[in-house]
Amino acid sequence: MADDSTRIEEILGQFPQIKRNALIPLLQAVQDEFGYITEEAISRIGAHLALPTSKVYGLATFYNQFSFSPRGYYHVVLCNGSSCHMRGAAELLNELSKLLEIRDGETTRDGLFSLEVQSCMGACGQSPVMSVNGEYHSGVSVKELREIISLYRDEAGR
Amino acid sequence: MLKLAQHGSSELNSEEIRQAELYKKNLISRPLVMINTSTSGIVAGSMRTWKAVERYAADRSLKIDLAETGSIGLSSEDPVLSVQLPGRTRIFFSRITEEKVSSILDDLFHQVVPDQHVIGQSAQEGQEAWKNVPFLDQIPFFALQERRVLKSCGIIDPFSIEEYIAGGGYAAFLHTIRSYTFSEVCQLVSESGLRGRSGGGFPAGEKWKAAYETPSDQKFLVCNAEESDPGAFMDRTLMEGNPFQLLEGIAIAAYAIGSNRAYIYIRSEYNESIRRIRSAILKLREIGLLGDNILDSGYNLQISLRKGPGAFVCGEETALIASLEGRRGMPSSKPPYPSTSGYQGRPTVVNNVETLSNLPGIIQNGPNWFRETGTADSPGTKIFSISGRVPLTGLVEVPMGTSFDTIVNKIIGGVRKGRKLKALHVGGPSGCMVPLEHMDIPVSYENLKEKGLLMGSGGLLVLDDRTCTVNTVRYFMEYLHKQSCGKCIPCREGTRRMAEILGDITRKPAEEEEQSGLERFRGVMQMETLAEVMRDTSLCGLGQNAPNPVISTLKYFRNEYEEHIFDRHCPSNSCTGLRSWFIDVDLCTGCSICAKRCPSEAIIGTARHPYFIVQEKCIACGICYEVCKFSAVYFK
Amino acid sequence: MGIPLNVNGRNIGAEKGETILSALNRHGMHVPTICSMKGLSPSGACRMCVVEVEGRENLVPSCSFPIEGPMKIRTHSPRVLRARKTNVELLLSNHPDDCLYCERNGSCELQSLAEDLNIRERRIPGKKSPHKIDKSSPAIVRDPAKCILCGRCVRICEEIMHTSTLDFAHRGKELKISTTLEKPLDSSNCTSCGQCLACCPTGALIENVQFPELEAHINAPGKLVAVQYSPAVAVSVAELLGYRSGTDMSGIINAVLRRYGFNKVFETSFGSDILIMEQAGILEERLKADHKFPLITSSCPAWITYAEQYYPGLLAHISPLRSPQQLAGSLIRDWFQKSAGHRGTELLSVLITSCVAAKTEARKAEMHPAGHPVIDLVLTTRELVRMIKLSGLDLERLEPELPDAPFYSTSSAGKLASVAGGEAEATIRTIYAALSGKEMPPARLHRFRINKSFREMHVKAGNTDIRMGTVSGLSNAVEIIEEIRAGRRKLDLLEIMACPDGCVNGGGQPLRADDKTIRARTKAVYDMDNASKVHAAHNCRHIREIYSDLLKEPGGQQSREMFYTGYSKREVLL
Repeated sequence: MADDSTRIEEILGQFPQIKRNALIPLLQAVQDEFGYITEEAISRIGAHLALPTSKVYGLATFYNQFSFSPRGYYHVVLCNGSSCHMRGAAELLNELSKLLEIRDGETTRDGLFSLEVQSCMGACGQSPVMSVNGEYHSGVSVKELREIISLYRDEAGR
Repeated sequence: MLKLAQHGSSELNSEEIRQAELYKKNLISRPLVMINTSTSGIVAGSMRTWKAVERYAADRSLKIDLAETGSIGLSSEDPVLSVQLPGRTRIFFSRITEEKVSSILDDLFHQVVPDQHVIGQSAQEGQEAWKNVPFLDQIPFFALQERRVLKSCGIIDPFSIEEYIAGGGYAAFLHTIRSYTFSEVCQLVSESGLRGRSGGGFPAGEKWKAAYETPSDQKFLVCNAEESDPGAFMDRTLMEGNPFQLLEGIAIAAYAIGSNRAYIYIRSEYNESIRRIRSAILKLREIGLLGDNILDSGYNLQISLRKGPGAFVCGEETALIASLEGRRGMPSSKPPYPSTSGYQGRPTVVNNVETLSNLPGIIQNGPNWFRETGTADSPGTKIFSISGRVPLTGLVEVPMGTSFDTIVNKIIGGVRKGRKLKALHVGGPSGCMVPLEHMDIPVSYENLKEKGLLMGSGGLLVLDDRTCTVNTVRYFMEYLHKQSCGKCIPCREGTRRMAEILGDITRKPAEEEEQSGLERFRGVMQMETLAEVMRDTSLCGLGQNAPNPVISTLKYFRNEYEEHIFDRHCPSNSCTGLRSWFIDVDLCTGCSICAKRCPSEAIIGTARHPYFIVQEKCIACGICYEVCKFSAVYFK
Repeated sequence: MGIPLNVNGRNIGAEKGETILSALNRHGMHVPTICSMKGLSPSGACRMCVVEVEGRENLVPSCSFPIEGPMKIRTHSPRVLRARKTNVELLLSNHPDDCLYCERNGSCELQSLAEDLNIRERRIPGKKSPHKIDKSSPAIVRDPAKCILCGRCVRICEEIMHTSTLDFAHRGKELKISTTLEKPLDSSNCTSCGQCLACCPTGALIENVQFPELEAHINAPGKLVAVQYSPAVAVSVAELLGYRSGTDMSGIINAVLRRYGFNKVFETSFGSDILIMEQAGILEERLKADHKFPLITSSCPAWITYAEQYYPGLLAHISPLRSPQQLAGSLIRDWFQKSAGHRGTELLSVLITSCVAAKTEARKAEMHPAGHPVIDLVLTTRELVRMIKLSGLDLERLEPELPDAPFYSTSSAGKLASVAGGEAEATIRTIYAALSGKEMPPARLHRFRINKSFREMHVKAGNTDIRMGTVSGLSNAVEIIEEIRAGRRKLDLLEIMACPDGCVNGGGQPLRADDKTIRARTKAVYDMDNASKVHAAHNCRHIREIYSDLLKEPGGQQSREMFYTGYSKREVLL
């Protein structure tokens, strides 16, 4: 889309130095802007930094931060740190997979929810920890989880 | 303020002294409310608490000061809120979610101590103490700690450079660049005996010396804030609680190696840390403590922030450097060491957040002060993060030489009533399982190494009698296996196979014929060989230390393994895959839903009569339990 | 002399800063390696080369450990052997067990390692990662299940061929080697040069083996099967058939091919000779005006793909001629259509070549004028060897035979095209005669035959100065092109060969040839030229006949129709 191309060009314009160490900040800017790394972005970034696109793709797939498909309207992040694990993160993940019918890294077909499992957000005192679009829920139980998800569903009108 | 930092309080006039006291919040004219708005606070709801306090003040047209602060280390007690009324000591409260704000503040503003949620009060000179409120440094949690690095976390406003300097901050740095040569600083730090706090325990001064002695047109100082260790949150607490201390430490380290360029590599998930560090850097630039020719000293320093896009392996220094260079975070062989050839081929020193945060104190008070506490081979203090099967999750700082027993039982208060402490997993995924018999070792790098243990970055995971050591180890191995960069064979394939073997042990496979007890046992034997090869040949610390949890549990908890393998039973009953499920004949109505849903057809019976689970076919998935409307399914 | 090392009890000398491996190899001591690549910086990934160094806690990777002081080393201690064995077992635990059905059965480095380390049981069971085979490319088949992630393909594609089609993606157990966005090879920027499969230790990257397709056609009634092949093939099969490397086996190959069932055996070098005639004419025209860019050769299909992707602006400067094999193929098809005796029969035109990209080239739309492929089937040198072995023919008992008329050339000029710099040399011989009226003594250009990836030479032909250059290896080619674009170098003729050292080191050649072998192959081609009596294409009787009978003149109507092709920008993720 022409609009997307403009946005990509704007981001590239913020990184005038054509050096490889700008690759990660560039990809982060694209990820923040679009919610995922588009094919066009990979091509434009590769051209901008004079890097083969295979290197851009290879780097982006290495790290947790970058995704290649759009996030859901609600992006659910579940912490799977050691403390959260001990306090039932596995059961929560199970429940989430059942409720949303998706696995870690996937988005629901209607685009409403996407799921990401992160390892240790560093808030071990509040485990198990979950966040939805940056809004945190702490000490979540399976029952509470069902309520939280249905609340979001209501909010979206679906 | 800068005058204070440069010359100390002796040179200040009375007006300036008063100003400093204001900044230090010793002298306040209005009630001060401070809320822990660092990550652990936010997750617990402290932003809502903040709004509630604002509303409370607005509704009553009260003039109060509301400030952000970091964590005092009682992570499970968040949101922690503290109140200082003019002339009185500061009093700390736990778990003040938004609905509790009114009642707490109502009491306090009437000079009444609330009867719940009180943690304690801080001892402040010249301020009137509250009656019947313990002093913080007397409650066991704080009394047995020695909070040198964590001193101001949860007390000061991390956004206020003025408060930091008023409290003595930046004096060390300015003294350094004025009075010491690069090599003198290296020498000072060597004398102090400071060892890298990220786990390696390598003497910091040595690393610096190597970089300092390598000629180059440019050198780099990198602060490793890629704290991905599950269960570790000391770096985060330091960054969010006292960012200026870290930045001062970075500046001192950069100076020592002759570098003008420093980077902080913070994992992108740590949003709040990034925000606070960014704000701190901007403030430092504004007042001239960063940039060119700092305060006419001739020394230039630039500190930039880089967001780590998320990979545990980037905590390894060569992988971190690769990531900074825009490459996949794959470690490379050492030698050559980064101190001689690192970022862009130039001498680079990578130091941990905690290590760097120790520096202002060492420079300010001298190496002997640092050596006063701790042990001979591991001087100073260490910060530990304790989580797991304990009611109190916390961050503590103790002198090296303190035992795990003291930390877990006396400071943290031990496990929940009715449970027994079984073991302590120290050092995260690359760490070791410490059994009860070693809980009283004085913790130091050498003492632990002697027993084949290590402390890692200081994350302690507490296991009680209802936690399975094998399952915990399996969790860590799966974590490592996902985080492995994949470059070298022993780590990539080794962690994968170990995770599989551990998975087989903690779970019943679909077809029992697949794996006999003997095969599972062989699998465990194989883990020992794999462990040795992984340790011998892996390229970096991730692979080399990946077998540690397995090796330590095999050594100290072999009986648990054997029970899993031969008896197909989890002694602490926490491996859900090994649970034995039964149907209560009194509650079962014979609706047969469970039988229909059972994936291995292990449930038999006739309609309207109680059903029965055939143990040999049951794979312990738990579906029957979930679908039963009569709660007739239970496990033993 | 340098730093003393004690290796397995023996004292050897090493230089400061060199790696342990390099010191060991220099003294004839070997340790197994997988990820190490000659000439490229060490990766340290596979851990096979680990050795025990006294005083160091862990085993040390010899490929990447620089020697700073004296060391005591054990290369085959029980600890080291156990580590190597376990590492290979770990690889095997995630590797398909179908060696017997694998294209690399017998030529697989993993097999050799397992054998050398005496691995006799499947000690590490476990799940294998699921993978999909990529058969999209006509030239290269990728089977990630067999990939041991050594990274050689990545490095050669990036550092030697400047293309970087493949790179590591993901992490941990998901780690794989992949194209951008994991697209199939034919949608990627792959040039089909095949250097990746030539260095792949296992069967993860293999050529698209097509010789079984011959079965339906050979000896079938109503089918005439014609085959053409080049000297690059003739001097290389020796290595896999037990003869000294560099033996020219063309005579025997002709005999073998006929016994196998091919009806007509032709030489690709005939096509090269025609190409030289045409190219000399084009160059002569170009030299009349001043050009910033040289005339760039078009014989290398991988280079053409590369140019269509990366240098669409230069396409106008690339010779419009097809490659020698396609050129020969057009002639063969034309001859077939016109010969009376072949009515009612179908032609199957087969090419045997050292080039893997030729497989992709044969399928290009530009090579199907009139909707019909000029060359039907392309086979590599390796495939030819398979065919020879399958046929059971006893090569000792065969007499050398000549190729079939009308497409065999007595001139050795066309044969030179098999080596880097050869086509340029041959073209100059013809254009020199055209411009000066005299024959160029072949030895004059022998200075051009140095062992360097880029060579330049200035020749005066009559009153005209000709600056000729040749470059092999796409990374080197890009360097030279950039110099020309920046105005730092001026050439009139530039020969570009994608594979380092030219077609003798093509992707279809016997695997993992070392420098010595490639030199031997190159020398064999030069020997052919030195021994020949006809050195220039224009002096070859058969070539003159083709022109008088059919083509009339270089660059004429007929030539354009049969031999000229077009280029267009190829849109792929670069």
